[in-house]
Amino acid sequence: MKLLYFAWVRERLGKAEEQVEPPAGVATVAELMAWLARRDDQYAYAFENAKVIRAAIDHRHVRSDAAIAGAGEIAFFPPMTGG
Amino acid sequence: MTAIIRLQREAFDAAAEVERMTLGRTDIGAVVTFTGLCRADENGEPIAALTLEHYPGMAEAEIARHVDEACARWPLLGVTVIHRYGRIAAGEVIVLVATASSHREAAFAAASFLMDYLKTRAPFWKQVETVAGTAWVKAKAADDAAAERWSAPLRQEH
Repeated sequence: MKLLYFAWVRERLGKAEEQVEPPAGVATVAELMAWLARRDDQYAYAFENAKVIRAAIDHRHVRSDAAIAGAGEIAFFPPMTGG
Repeated sequence: MTAIIRLQREAFDAAAEVERMTLGRTDIGAVVTFTGLCRADENGEPIAALTLEHYPGMAEAEIARHVDEACARWPLLGVTVIHRYGRIAAGEVIVLVATASSHREAAFAAASFLMDYLKTRAPFWKQVETVAGTAWVKAKAADDAAAERWSAPLRQEH
């Protein structure tokens, strides 16, 4: 699946997007963030406060308990500050 | 109902956009417009400009979902939402929300509703430029509270 990162999540990771294949046990958005955080120090830093990070699956906001099965594109970003 | 949703880097003429909504129409009795501008300060600190990052594709989709919801709630005759991204200097326009209806109540309410949701649900992130460097603007609890008052069902899915 394709992952996208925005604002300070993107800055902390040093990349705007990537392709990942999480293992079968990673079923929800929260589990995906936890799995990413275990990759290395940079990911750990980006996802250190996972509770504040919002997620969207295929352009729709989702909760952290949302299932990621079948997702084409998952985005992680801080709370929004538009308008 | 005519809805115009546009995301763009370039500045725009808010008055001309509003005029376009009502041109040749005799059914519209009320137009409410909100224009958001870039202030030269953030939390008391002087800033030179804002840079708005957005999520292309989702930003348009999310605004369209809110426009649809506004149309379901109020009898609107026109909606225009224009949101800029990229670097925006102090004094420049960032966002325009204009709502048209036959009477004022619907136009006022829908404009307020759309702005409250744009602030908290549309995927845009503001970064300020100060003499010290750049910093991400923190989301404000007051903006969440403003959106909450419409007590819409959560748009979370899955």
